Order: sequence, then C-alpha cells, then structure tokens
Amino acid sequence: MSETTAPAPGHPAPAGEHHPALQHHFADLDQQREAASLGMWVFIAQEVLFFGGLFAAYAVYRSQYPAAFSAGSHHLSWKVGFANTLVLIGSSLTMAMAVHSAAVGKARRVVGFLLATILLGSVFLGVKYLEYGEKIRPCLGDGPHAGCLVPGERFDASVLHLEGAEAGHAQIFYSLYFGMTGLHALHMIIGIPIILAIAFLAGRGRYSPEYHSPVEIVGLYWHFVDIIWIFLFPLLYLIGAH
Amino acid sequence: MSRPVPESQPAHPRGHVVPVKVYLGVFLALCVLTAVTVAVTGYDFGPFNLIVALGVAITKATLVVLYFMHARYSPKLTGVVVAASLAFFVILVFLTLTDYVSRSWSLS
Repeated sequence: MSETTAPAPGHPAPAGEHHPALQHHFADLDQQREAASLGMWVFIAQEVLFFGGLFAAYAVYRSQYPAAFSAGSHHLSWKVGFANTLVLIGSSLTMAMAVHSAAVGKARRVVGFLLATILLGSVFLGVKYLEYGEKIRPCLGDGPHAGCLVPGERFDASVLHLEGAEAGHAQIFYSLYFGMTGLHALHMIIGIPIILAIAFLAGRGRYSPEYHSPVEIVGLYWHFVDIIWIFLFPLLYLIGAH
Repeated sequence: MSRPVPESQPAHPRGHVVPVKVYLGVFLALCVLTAVTVAVTGYDFGPFNLIVALGVAITKATLVVLYFMHARYSPKLTGVVVAASLAFFVILVFLTLTDYVSRSWSLS
C-alpha cells in the first residue's frame, strides 16, 4: 500500500522508464489523465445539483409570481449583464487556449492565457461589485433607503413600481438574484487563486504535452462556471419583453 | 488494468488536440447567441419567451460542454456522467413543478 514498501519495480513500466508525474497506482499516463478528468466531471455533476436547488426555487417562484419577477428583472441593467456575459465567454476562450497550449507544450503561452483568464474573471467580478454596490448602498445608514434592493425591512419596492403583496414577491426575486449570482461569484473567487497557482507551476515548467491534467481540470471547472452564468443571464436579466 | 477506451484518435497519445480554429468558432458562436438572446427580448412570443431564452442558453451550454470542455473527444464514461447529472437535475425541477403548477391555490 505504501510507496516505501513497493518502489519502482512494483508496477509495470510500459515503455522502459516512466514519466515522473505518473502515480504508482495508475498503469500509464492516459489512464491517470482519464481518471483525473472523470473525477472532475463527477464533481461538476454534483455542482449541477448544488446550483439545481436554486434553479428549482427560481422555477417555482417565477411560476407563482411572474409579474414581480418581470418588474425585478426589468430593474437590472441588461447592458451590464450582456457585457459581463461577453467578458466571461472571453475568459472561457482564453482558458480553452491555455489548455490547448499545454497540450502542444507551449509553457509560456499557458501562463499568458491563464493570466488573461484571471484578468477577464476579475473584470467580471469588478462589474458584479459595482452592480451589487448600487443595490446595497441605499440600504446603509439611517436615511430613507430609497432604492434599497436588499431583501428585508429596508427593501424599497417603489423603484420597481410595485406595492402590497407584489412588493414582497419582488423581494423573493432579489433573494434569488443575490443567492444565485453570489454563489456563482463565489465559485469564481475560489477559481481565480487556483488558476493563479497553476499558472505559477506552468511557469516553472511543471506541465508538458504528456502531463498537464491540472490545467485541463481547472479548465473544466472554469467552463462549468461559465455555463452557470449562461443560464443566469437570461433568467435574471432578460425576463419579459424590453 | 482495464480502462475506458478513448474515442479519440489513437494517433494522439495524450487525448485529442482541438484546433484553435474550432475554439475561435465556438467563441464567435457564443457571442452571436448572446446577442440573439438579448435581441429576442424585443419581441413578445407570449409563453414561448422562456422557451426561446432557454433554447438559446441550452445551445450555448452544449457548445461549451462539447468543445471547450472536450466532452466530444472524451471517453463515453464522461458522457454517462453528464447525462446522469442532467437527468437528476430534470427530475429535481420537473417533479417539483408538477406539484406547484397543478395546485388550485397559489403560494400567496
């Protein structure tokens, strides 16, 4: 079981010597790569259901309160959401290019594309910060809280032209807005330092066409985060005809 | 020592290397589809608004999964995992909605 009891002769070396990145419990690098990638896919399957709960809640409440959802969505800037969608798709392209560069053995390009991915991801988060700010800022302090869109006592439904029960329903829309985009942003905040670490290792020449699973796997994660946003954008920003 | 047989060409020992042109094509398609999903909000298709929006989003997601995430060039087992996650997601949303949309009273 432990590496010390079974050193190099313990496993079959398919082509004479074995690659330094090959773990002893795998037959060859192909098997190792496929196992690693399959593990990430299983994690992503779990993530689909993690986000799935929020999407299910969204489906239920939107089917019950279509008017409040439409009004809440109308207040979000589709232009900002549109621009941010393009930024995130761009970051997926640079990530795909990073994986491609790793597969053909161009280490410096891997670093460049990973850093470009981080830059685009940061732009997305920066825009998200501004979007959150304009909804949260009016809620602070003792003022009249006009324009406050954080669900709770200070929520101001008048900017959405809603009153009574509909005002409460709009709070549900904004709860889902903050919950879904917040969980999405959290995934990006977790992803960025991981990409940074892999860019660092790529710069030190750790990856090669034979072994670059970490680049591939962080790529799968990043593309998955992109897919979540692909659904969040029309569901949150584009409800009802504009 | 049995392992899943890769679907990609055995000529590439470390998986399929997708040409850059494919990535650029997918990126352009994603940008165009994003513009489409915004443009269609100018028209009212009634109950089909949601279906159109989701149709475009599903197309975009499929492109990302097949090409950016290399699912098209991956072992069949990857496809099984993807299909399983989607199946359970559909069960989650569909069965939940069968309850809510068929009630005679609303949540309020």
